[in-house]
Amino acid sequence: MVIANTSINIFMNKVAVYRKEHFNAAHRLHNPHWDEATNKQVFGKCNNPSYHGHNYELLVKVTGVPDAATGYVYDMKLLSDLVQEEVISRFDHKNLNLDTAAFKELNPTAENIAMVIYGLLRSKIDEKFELQVRLYETERNFVEYPA
Amino acid sequence: MVYITRIEHFNAAHKLYNPAWTYEQNEAVFGKCANENWHGHNFELYVTVKGKPNPDTGFVFDAKKLSKIIKQQVIEKVDHKNLNVDVDFMAGKMCSIENLVIGIWQQLAPHLPASVQLHALKLYETPRIFVEYFGD
Repeated sequence: MVIANTSINIFMNKVAVYRKEHFNAAHRLHNPHWDEATNKQVFGKCNNPSYHGHNYELLVKVTGVPDAATGYVYDMKLLSDLVQEEVISRFDHKNLNLDTAAFKELNPTAENIAMVIYGLLRSKIDEKFELQVRLYETERNFVEYPA
Repeated sequence: MVYITRIEHFNAAHKLYNPAWTYEQNEAVFGKCANENWHGHNFELYVTVKGKPNPDTGFVFDAKKLSKIIKQQVIEKVDHKNLNVDVDFMAGKMCSIENLVIGIWQQLAPHLPASVQLHALKLYETPRIFVEYFGD
């Protein structure tokens, strides 16, 4: 049985694997150092004091060389469990501003959420793998980190 | 009869919580949707009207005009809002998508011209959960 393709030099062949997850959360964009008028001018309807919300879609990209014994870059079940533990359990059906430690002081823009998610996952994924996250706030607005 | 559908979207916060029940009852029935600090969704709204194409325009109803009515009567009231707190037509109601779709129907129906009839609303709360309402 051929487990990994040995006809090519596997040490030169990185493969990216992706895991897609989602969470639903409320948030509000607000800078506490600004007055109400400035917040409203900069963040518009996203500044609504009683919050609004999104279905966030998260794409986690792990890049590495497929393991010679398993043929895997990264066991997708383990990646899924990791994203569930580190990200989904923290943010799903939560108010990002009120319920999460990460956004007590940090504005929960898609940019900042992506950077926080990257930090949470990076510390749990071996340095030999490259990591990138893409976060969709809506179908039409998404961010990637690192850029 | 031809059916024409316009799709609009809005992003909002809500929670499922019955104030007449204890916290424990709410948690048991609504689970994480009962989170007191709200959560949120990207809602997709499908509005279908039916009618006979006008012989002069070929239109059942001008889709641009339909979009404008939906935006004025619904989207402006719910987009980037908290459905439990900010939306007058949901006041005093449980904030499920079932009740929301009925509320949206009541907002829209009186503002459509007599030449068309509101046929169906389809409301997606997530890509995997949606409701349909036909006004009956």
